[in-house]
Amino acid sequence: MFPPIPNPTLPPPEPKFGEKDIMRRSASNVTPPAERLTEVAKLIDVTKCIGCKACQAACLEWNNLTEEVGFNHGVYENPMDLTPDTFTLMRFTEWVNPETENLEWLIRKDGCMHCEDPGCLKACPSPGAIVQYSNGIVDFQHENCIGCGYCIKGCPFDIPRISKVDHTAYKCTLCSDRVAVGQGPACQKACPTQAIVFGTKDEMKDWADFRIKDLKSRGFENAGLYDPQGVGGTHVMYVLHHADKPSIYAGLPDNPRISPIVETWKGVTKYLGLAVMGFAAAAGALHYFVAGPNKVTEEDEENAEKLTEGKAPPPPADPTQSQGHAP
Amino acid sequence: MTNSWTDIKNTDLVIIMGGNAAEAHPCGFKWVTEAKANRGAKLIVVDPRYNRSAAVADFYAPIRQGSDIAFLLGVINQCIQNDKVQWDYVKAFTNATYLVKDGFAYSDGLFTGYDESKRDYNRDEWEYQIGEDGYVLTDDTLTNPRCVWNLLKQHVAVYTPEMVERICGTPKDKFLKVAQMMGECSAPDKVMTSMYALGWTQHSKGAQNIRCMAMIQLILGNVGMRGGGVNALRGHSNIQGLTDIGLMSNLIPGYLNIPTDKETDFATYMSTRAFKPLRPNQMSYWQNYKKFFVSFMKSMYGPAATPENDWAYDYLPKLDVSGYDVLRAFEMMKQGKMNLYFCQGFNPLQAFPNKAKLAEALGKLKLLVIMDPLETETARFWEDHGVFNKADPSAVKTEVIQLPTTCFAEDEGALVNSGRWLQWHWAAGTPPGEAKHDAWIMAQIHLRLKELYRTEGGTFPDPIVNLNWPYADPGEPTPEELAKEMNGSALVDVFDPNDPTKKVLEAGKQLSGFGQMRDDGTTAGGCWIFSGSWTEAGNMMARRDNSDPGDTGAFLKWSFAWPANRRILYNRASCDLDGKPWDSSRKLIEWDGAKWSGYDVPDIAPTANPRDVGPFIMNPEGSGRLFVRKMMRDGPFPAHYEPFESPVANVVAPKVRGNPVARVFPDDWKQFADIGDPAFPYAGTSYRLTEHFHYWTKNNHVNAVLQPEQFVEISEELAKEKGITLGGWVRVWSKRGEIYAKAVVTKRIKPMTIDGKTVHIVGVPIHWGFVGAARKGFPANVLTPFVGDANIETPEFKAFMVNIEPSTGPVA
Amino acid sequence: MNMELSRRAFLRTSGAGLAGTTLGAMGFGEAEAATAAYIKPFHLANTTETRNTCTYCSVACGIIIYSKGDLKKGEKAEIVHIEGDADHPTNRGTLCPKGAALRDIVHSAQRLQYPMLRKAGSDSFERISWDVALDKIARAMKDDRDANFIAKNADGTTVNRWLSTGFLAASATTNETAFATYKVVRSTGMLAFDNQARV
Repeated sequence: MFPPIPNPTLPPPEPKFGEKDIMRRSASNVTPPAERLTEVAKLIDVTKCIGCKACQAACLEWNNLTEEVGFNHGVYENPMDLTPDTFTLMRFTEWVNPETENLEWLIRKDGCMHCEDPGCLKACPSPGAIVQYSNGIVDFQHENCIGCGYCIKGCPFDIPRISKVDHTAYKCTLCSDRVAVGQGPACQKACPTQAIVFGTKDEMKDWADFRIKDLKSRGFENAGLYDPQGVGGTHVMYVLHHADKPSIYAGLPDNPRISPIVETWKGVTKYLGLAVMGFAAAAGALHYFVAGPNKVTEEDEENAEKLTEGKAPPPPADPTQSQGHAP
Repeated sequence: MTNSWTDIKNTDLVIIMGGNAAEAHPCGFKWVTEAKANRGAKLIVVDPRYNRSAAVADFYAPIRQGSDIAFLLGVINQCIQNDKVQWDYVKAFTNATYLVKDGFAYSDGLFTGYDESKRDYNRDEWEYQIGEDGYVLTDDTLTNPRCVWNLLKQHVAVYTPEMVERICGTPKDKFLKVAQMMGECSAPDKVMTSMYALGWTQHSKGAQNIRCMAMIQLILGNVGMRGGGVNALRGHSNIQGLTDIGLMSNLIPGYLNIPTDKETDFATYMSTRAFKPLRPNQMSYWQNYKKFFVSFMKSMYGPAATPENDWAYDYLPKLDVSGYDVLRAFEMMKQGKMNLYFCQGFNPLQAFPNKAKLAEALGKLKLLVIMDPLETETARFWEDHGVFNKADPSAVKTEVIQLPTTCFAEDEGALVNSGRWLQWHWAAGTPPGEAKHDAWIMAQIHLRLKELYRTEGGTFPDPIVNLNWPYADPGEPTPEELAKEMNGSALVDVFDPNDPTKKVLEAGKQLSGFGQMRDDGTTAGGCWIFSGSWTEAGNMMARRDNSDPGDTGAFLKWSFAWPANRRILYNRASCDLDGKPWDSSRKLIEWDGAKWSGYDVPDIAPTANPRDVGPFIMNPEGSGRLFVRKMMRDGPFPAHYEPFESPVANVVAPKVRGNPVARVFPDDWKQFADIGDPAFPYAGTSYRLTEHFHYWTKNNHVNAVLQPEQFVEISEELAKEKGITLGGWVRVWSKRGEIYAKAVVTKRIKPMTIDGKTVHIVGVPIHWGFVGAARKGFPANVLTPFVGDANIETPEFKAFMVNIEPSTGPVA
Repeated sequence: MNMELSRRAFLRTSGAGLAGTTLGAMGFGEAEAATAAYIKPFHLANTTETRNTCTYCSVACGIIIYSKGDLKKGEKAEIVHIEGDADHPTNRGTLCPKGAALRDIVHSAQRLQYPMLRKAGSDSFERISWDVALDKIARAMKDDRDANFIAKNADGTTVNRWLSTGFLAASATTNETAFATYKVVRSTGMLAFDNQARV
């Protein structure tokens, strides 16, 4: 058993990280902290996951989110996709293993991967709307968000969602408020089978090795860790029974990476860079600063789209398609 | 549970059959994943559906609902055929060697003594042969054809792998793989655990499903072992406690019995409860029955229970039938024989079979009283909700009083978990509005009723006006007072029976355990098995030391477990005949030549010599029963019976319909689909989803979000055959009613071949109704038949026949 | 009961796994004092903790209820959050999707607030007082019991049973409530007495 993180002490200690630990800030130049915090990570062991949605419930409760009561669409997912109130979502895939002809029910907890090299942050035109702490947590600062949606386009995992209420982008914060006082994220705390564990990134890699050995002993030869290097590794990692085929897990990208265009578009050179590249997006971005977030045009969307490539296909809108990702 | 949740980590093999632990008990299931991760344990799931437990299993085998006994007797047959038997254990600790009366036999699906007109057996021949010394005759060589082992061997011979496949639809190779994996646990250092729940109990032969597994675990030598046992996962948070305290028609707290009409006086009542040992030197713990009974009566009636009035024996009601269970109560209600009905935290309109019948019955009451923290459908059975609950309020004359109660977060006290741990909890929140504690409500009812009898007189007021009510505030007994009362105390100074000068207990002191209870009225104690839970040392249930010496999973200092803080029942069986652990790496207790000790509280007298006293001390034999004598209504061995509604006739006993002794009320027979009825061709089953708890969490917005709307699950093959689309509406109907739901079309359900016939399965989750935060829907009991298990009347919710068609959805 | 002590003991004995998370190992030494402007404040900061048990299944997970106000001090207490108890041997802080959403069942829109009466033939409930409700119940019980109590059966045997009234007991109330219920119900001679063990 991975030792549980002790109950919180009340009153809680002072937050253990904050502004001084910001390593990256969207559309801004920051001096990185002289010393980096120990990197943290959440490890999601898909092979231990029973798809109970405790993580979803805990996330809604801790973050005081009110999701709509939806409908059944013939599948176990609910809601059908991530939303501004659903930061994490169980995705279910019925997959027939072509080698064994056995059915495998692959259940993956979807949500922000907290990339070491965050595409959302790099695509974000609004200063300080997205920050990355030196422990690896990528967090949104809603008072700075203009709701342009570039973060969605910049994300190789298609994670952030724009709220129709306050027109800003939402996603998993890795429960930065909990981590700051020495707790794990709410989803991790709740997870009944400890399919989700939390600790330093090194600890998580060791734990993943331990798990992968067990899986290999049970015949899962391709069991492995999903820590995609295309985004510099992630602070949310998966243990997969079939690490050679991430995409069978409800479209987890095989090789996620940020578009090279976004890559070259850094810091204070962003706007200049955009202008030089001749993208109309720059004008679009400036337009948002002036006009606010409510006037995203289709053209802007398209332009933003061009900023990125090579990301995961979005989850299917048609529920009939999410049942089987069988080959 | 014989064991505990935390003990599951000690196992080598988990078999989940008749349950779905990952779905219904996720946090307990954690210990399965721990066993897998740390011991390399394997997990087998046998279920009609590839479910959430199967998603993380090492091996999955499908089975048709209602055919588990054939499968499990097939496993026993394989164990016998392949010598996968823990022989030392079986010979020493079970009744395998005992000789059975010559009159006992089994043929064509029936045991000796069947009376079709009574749907009952004369069970006189289902007994051991008793020698002149009063003890059971045995044959240690197992050669006598009348010994239990040989009778069992003969009984299971018909359940070949081919027969299992024919009845259960489980492919032969998959069945054999499961049998082989289970059989390996006959090695003394290999242990299997069984985790089951309503998937086994909710059948007309539910109790026999569980008997099968108990027999397998005895044959494999896994009862009493760390990581072994037969583990009922149990449902509600305190249903174990409610049962322990005997809130059932025929029970007195601690599994004592309400007397019957035939037990005309206390002496007669006690005459069948002497439980003389059936083998030399056995303990036969129920010999203490009278101590527990008298202590209970002193708790119940205080000074009014005297030796002269047989401890107020006549204050207890006498049963003329086996019990007035809920099914019988609703049948009586429907016949107009019930006037008042109380539902305390219970929603029977959703929870018992055949909703239409239940609603009709409730409409014949004069007064229905609801005590609940939440709105329930039962409280509003008279309200019209269109297709979801058709009703004409003006025609329903039943008065309904709805009383708001506190919930867990606003109340203090103990709950008993599946592993028999009594865990104390504290109140945290202010109740909403005028909500009150249930104990306050019960006290108020009692005080008012007592006052009416005092002032007006009336019929037999004695048990009401003399009810012992010693609480500081009679209007609201405190949890502490009630807990102490159940534990028991000395009413006067109590002396050692062997040395009358030696005072062992001072008047007024709490008992330290049930061993201190007396049958002379000098002690009181409301529930003997809870004795030791609140002693002079304080509230043992509130203990929170989570240390676990030896890393055994016992946690002896965390809360209190009944009986006597014992964590694994029958733990003496974890040792061989000399008292040494069968598997030294799984040491639990041990005999050191003079006494027993170890990580758990020994389930044997501390100085009982291992060669003399058997491990199953509650049985007069001292041994585990492969042959259960006359103690079950439907047979001393389990036998395969089809559900009352079934796609096929009983292959091994074609003339027998359902369980031959299950009680069926005449009107209900008419509402059963015939065997193989083409109007109802699909095998329905009902079950729970992990996102919901019964009919409660549809009142919780978060859970309503996670699973918002009713659905049924069918195979891709059936969907294709019927033109049903994924996410489309379907209508599902049985001979009793219809529901509308969305269709989840899945690879996780496959058509089965049963006795050469293709059988499709329709899965019906239970959680919907017409009140709550989730979308309106239909409870599964609209469809299910009104029949229960032959022994304990658990409704047959798991196997019934339906039809299905595409639909445009309900029109409200 | 010493929570800190038991927690340490627990961590000692549960450290059998490969890895071990400690707060120190996450790099949050005391020297890391920082401004918190960017991080939401930990919203349990000024709450009262109470140990309780999940109300749903019989795994009986330990939970901690966080409330504004302290009942033990006689204050009004409003439950603001519920989370698993990491000290609990069975669940070790984890909860299922039902347990993780316990706060919302406590505050469900369907929680009953007041005694209500639905009269014969009526299409609605109306609010009544506790006294009216309880008196009405006691009266109905007495009248029915006096009319239908069976003192002796056809053989003349004393049987003292009351069959025309029944009681279904709860499944999530405490042992103590159950025992009070048992005493009150059984003392009347009721036999149609059952619980939710089977469903």
